[in-house]
Amino acid sequence: MLDGEIQVAINSDQDIILARQKGRALAAEIGFAACDATLIATAISELARNIVSYARKGEITLQRVNGGNRQGLAIIASDQGPGIPDVPQALRDGFSTSGSLGMGLPGVRRLMDEFEITSQLGRGTTVVTKKWKQ
Amino acid sequence: MEVPILKQGDVLIATFQAALSDDDLSQLRSGLVQQVVRFRSHGVIVDVTAMDVLDSFASRTLREIAHMIRLRGAETVIVGIQPEVAFAMVQLGLTLEGVATALDLEEGLSYLNQKFEKMH
Repeated sequence: MLDGEIQVAINSDQDIILARQKGRALAAEIGFAACDATLIATAISELARNIVSYARKGEITLQRVNGGNRQGLAIIASDQGPGIPDVPQALRDGFSTSGSLGMGLPGVRRLMDEFEITSQLGRGTTVVTKKWKQ
Repeated sequence: MEVPILKQGDVLIATFQAALSDDDLSQLRSGLVQQVVRFRSHGVIVDVTAMDVLDSFASRTLREIAHMIRLRGAETVIVGIQPEVAFAMVQLGLTLEGVATALDLEEGLSYLNQKFEKMH
């Protein structure tokens, strides 16, 4: 584990709360404004919720990141679930396969500054998303 | 987790805590609807001032609460959504459309009183 890296195992809806509390604490430590810390906590909540809904279990990793002369926070949400058959479709507003609101991924992309997703059918999904301190 | 529900005349006031799990929220939804029936309340105020995140599940639960209570013939107002929480909700596309909201408890109560006056 890297310095300043926090891992939270996501196995139930209780873990969603733990993950977002850890995220908010790390955001405060990095020096994010309260408003950005809320955006980060909300993004973590949605990503952790996706894990519980689609893959049942997985992991949220929170990292302090440096890019040039700016500091930020990365959220890595990974699972070994069923994977997403059509990633571009999953990134469109209003799409959902679990009867949820279907705003998870595009919403998270709007909350954060950088967003990458890799998904393999039968292997799982990993989302890496970053927010930079203003 | 126990959520305090206060009875104030015709109105029930439920104060939501910061860290409510999905299960807590679902239990609250049914608990609140049961109380509305039990006390024959005409209005419900859900105070979310302490909630630091309102994600898709929490928003959906709030909408369901408001719609269930409306079917019962009563009105619901959500009060105290924090500005940064509102900002995050809009980014997520969660608008709580069709649900009344007010700045705080006081404004929520006066909104309900206006509604009640029209009814009588």
